[in-house]
Amino acid sequence: MNFFLEVLIGGLLSGVMYALVALGFVMIYKASGVFNFAQGAMVYLAALSVVGCLEKGAPLWLAIILAFVIMTLFGIATEKFVLRKLVNQPPIALFMATIGLAFFIEGLAPMIFGSEPRALELGIVDEPIPWILDNWNMVISKFDLVAAGVAAVLVATLALFFQYTRVGRALRAVADDHQAALSIGIPLQHIWAIVWGVAGFVALVAGMMWGARNGVQFALTFTALKALPVLILGGFTSVPGAIVGGLIIGASEKLAEIYIPPVMQDLFGGNFGGIEGWFPYVLALLFLLVRPEGLFGERHIDRV
Amino acid sequence: MLYREAGQFKTTYAADQQIFPIRQDRIAVIALLAVAFVGVPLFASEYWFSAILIPFLIFALAALGLNVLTGYAGQLSLGSAAFMAVGAYAAYNFQLRIEGIPIMLSFILAGLTAAGVGVLFGLPSLRIKGFYLAVATLAAQFFIVWCLTKFPWLSNNSSSGVISTQKLIVFGYELDRPVEKYLLVLSIVVLMAFAAKNMVRSSTGRAWMAVRDMDVAASVIGIRLMPTKLLAFAVSSFYCGVAGAMYAFCYLGSVEPDGFSLDMSFKILFMIIIGGVGSIMGSFLGAAFILLLPIFLDIALPYCADLFGLPFSSATVSHIQILVFGGLIMFFLIVEPHGLARLWQIAKEKLRLWPFPH
Repeated sequence: MNFFLEVLIGGLLSGVMYALVALGFVMIYKASGVFNFAQGAMVYLAALSVVGCLEKGAPLWLAIILAFVIMTLFGIATEKFVLRKLVNQPPIALFMATIGLAFFIEGLAPMIFGSEPRALELGIVDEPIPWILDNWNMVISKFDLVAAGVAAVLVATLALFFQYTRVGRALRAVADDHQAALSIGIPLQHIWAIVWGVAGFVALVAGMMWGARNGVQFALTFTALKALPVLILGGFTSVPGAIVGGLIIGASEKLAEIYIPPVMQDLFGGNFGGIEGWFPYVLALLFLLVRPEGLFGERHIDRV
Repeated sequence: MLYREAGQFKTTYAADQQIFPIRQDRIAVIALLAVAFVGVPLFASEYWFSAILIPFLIFALAALGLNVLTGYAGQLSLGSAAFMAVGAYAAYNFQLRIEGIPIMLSFILAGLTAAGVGVLFGLPSLRIKGFYLAVATLAAQFFIVWCLTKFPWLSNNSSSGVISTQKLIVFGYELDRPVEKYLLVLSIVVLMAFAAKNMVRSSTGRAWMAVRDMDVAASVIGIRLMPTKLLAFAVSSFYCGVAGAMYAFCYLGSVEPDGFSLDMSFKILFMIIIGGVGSIMGSFLGAAFILLLPIFLDIALPYCADLFGLPFSSATVSHIQILVFGGLIMFFLIVEPHGLARLWQIAKEKLRLWPFPH
């Protein structure tokens, strides 16, 4: 039972990390209807720019600010030079453009900051908390808890930002209906630039967390692939959906990795590790068959 | 001046409905086929066959398959490489386990197996649409590759799922020289391309396009969504499966599941974006472009580096390649969302009026 709980909690906490990436997707999808496949690449770019600035001798706080500036500028540039030119194209074209953007970043970022894997020190150690280890004999990483805390703060900040600021209200208006927002005088293009800036900020937080955990390396771009099932489970348009979806995916994935391979081994023989790679997708797929719009997604009604 | 259909009267329905209604087009296609079947084998070198022409044809076929699904039926798929993997492994297993089965038959069976798997993973398309579906096809991508790695029976107990394909024997004659393999691949691709061309201008193809443009409207005018969508998945996977079988048997000779990665799926997707979504010819143009671009950059970049005195390491070159790749995708989507095929069409329109544009 203890072991089950340990796996479950570990899974939930890693799910928080997925949710961090998924949040960036949701932000952009909500505000501009673009399914931004490049979010994973943006996470990579953000982590690399933090590490790159650190290597140039900047202190951590300055590096983070610089990285934030880079991400914001990058987001605005993307909006201005790519997406604005694709207005009125079908969503699939926009999606494919973001795949192109992902490749572009994956080529550009290592050219500027170097491609070798590096560690990112945030001053949080990835070790079990002794108190829980002693009392319940469970390994719960300090780092994971901090990550969960950061995610909670991030979500709360975003929620407040959306709910109570002028810009946030404008963002919600745009998300609801582009044309209506435009007609009451909300500058659509500024809003999109802001959204991309916010998505860059979310990518920065995710990049620092993931980078501190696994090292800053190319594999960071694959975080996007981890976030996709979270998204379809939670619904593309829902911030709480991203969090809940992340928790479900994280927990079920870790449990599946522990409990399914032995069963299959008994049935077929051989080694069946690596279920993590596809399990979230199949889970999300099965879930979609029951609820096509995800947990918290908006129900779609088609009219001819 | 040369490309003009004035004076070509159609007196029968058959003539009006034929696949290339303009005489000049017919001549061009016949000339192209003659060059491909006779001219190229006479002049091309071994390197050209095994490094450029064969992969070009194979990827063009895979792109054609994806184009049927995405371009005509409007179902975005990110799992085409997985269906190629199914084809490759199915062909290998049919050869291995059925004594004396002709290679052509095992290719067809491989295509049918891939079609079956494609229908299975196409089932969710009846419930979910758009991006949700695209992500769902990723499930196929990861799950199939994982299965091929983990079930040793599928790769005849070889370590990490690597298979070495059997000999290519067609009608009792063993094909081992690149030029022979090229001719085999070319024949299959030409046949299947014509089949696809005819399919998309038949009622099946029109049903696909109606579903693509608006599925609710399509079902209102009496198109049954389920068979139409599933047929698109089946046909698309069949094409990808045959392409995969040829990828293993005629191109590489030895493949592993991880070779059919998500990157390859994206590559095939890019081929149809750049070539032209919803165009048979676009699949070929896109495949040529995507395959030739890295080769071109490989040659051009060091040369540019010398010219400007920049020290390019091989890592930088590969990064620039990725960057240019991504940049071009965005560029094409912005400048010409309908791809190279559309440019070709515009050129033809212009040519019809040339040299008097009014």
